[in-house]
Amino acid sequence: MSPLAIARVTVALLSGALFGYGLSLSGMVDPARVLGFLDIASGHWDPSLMFVLGGAVCVAFVAVAIQRRLPKPVLDTQFHIPERTDIDARLVGGSLLFGIGWGLAGFCPGPALSALTTGLTPVLLFVAAMIAGMLLHDRVLAKSS
Amino acid sequence: MSAYWPSLFGGMVLGLSAGLLLLLNGRIAGISGIVGRLLGGHQALVNGAFVVGLLAGPTLYAAAHGALPAMTVSASWPVVILAGLIVGIGTRMGSGCTSGHGILGLARLSKRSIVATASFLLAGVATATLTGLLS
Repeated sequence: MSPLAIARVTVALLSGALFGYGLSLSGMVDPARVLGFLDIASGHWDPSLMFVLGGAVCVAFVAVAIQRRLPKPVLDTQFHIPERTDIDARLVGGSLLFGIGWGLAGFCPGPALSALTTGLTPVLLFVAAMIAGMLLHDRVLAKSS
Repeated sequence: MSAYWPSLFGGMVLGLSAGLLLLLNGRIAGISGIVGRLLGGHQALVNGAFVVGLLAGPTLYAAAHGALPAMTVSASWPVVILAGLIVGIGTRMGSGCTSGHGILGLARLSKRSIVATASFLLAGVATATLTGLLS
C-alpha cells in the first residue's frame, strides 16, 4: 500500500471517530431525543437537534468554501463529489421512505451504527434490518428497475 | 439555552469530521453511501476504517465524559426492524441520509440534497407526530 493510501485510511479512521464522538455529544445517538425533535405535537418539543444540524452545516460550509478554491484534495488526485443536479422520483421517494423509518424508531444510519458498541438489542436489530434493506435495494430493487 | 451547547458543539464536531474527509481525502462523509460502498466491496479499507472510527464514538464519549451517552429506544422490536428496513432501502434509493444530504449537501447548496433533506424531515416529522398522537 502506498504512503498516500495509508494516509487516506488514517484520515478516514480519524474522521469516523470524530463523527462518532460528535453523534454522542450532540444527542443524535439517542432515539428519544430524535423523536422529541421530530414529534412536534408532544407538548414538550425539543429543538436541540436544530442546533446539531446548524452547527454541522456552518462548519461544513467553511470546508466547502475552502474546497472550491483547491484544485484537488490533499491526499488524492481529485475530489469525489456527486455532480447530479436532477430531481427524480427515486430521490424524493427514497428520502420520504427514509424519513418514515427515521420517525418510527428515531434512528438514522450514522447514530445506529455508532451505537452498535453499546450492545443494546434494538440497536442490533435496527442495524441488521438496515443492512438487509440496503442490500435488498442495491442487489435487487436497483437492478430490476 | 445552556442545554443546547452540547448539541451545537456536537454538531460542529460532525461538520469538522466531514470537512476533514472532504479536504484531505476528497470524499463526502455520507454514512449510507460509505456503508453501501462497504457492502459492495468498494474501497473496503478506507470505508471500513471510517466505520471502525464511527463505532468508537460512544467509547470516546465515555472516556471524555465518564459515562456512555444517554440512549432510550421506546419503539417495539417489530417496529424497530421495520424502521431499519425502510431506512436501509430509502437511504440507498435517495442516495443519502442525514449526513451526506443533511450536512454536506446543504453546505454545498446542492439542489438534490435540499430537496432530499426537506423530504426526509417532512416525512420524519409527520411519522413521529402521528405515532405520538396515536400512542
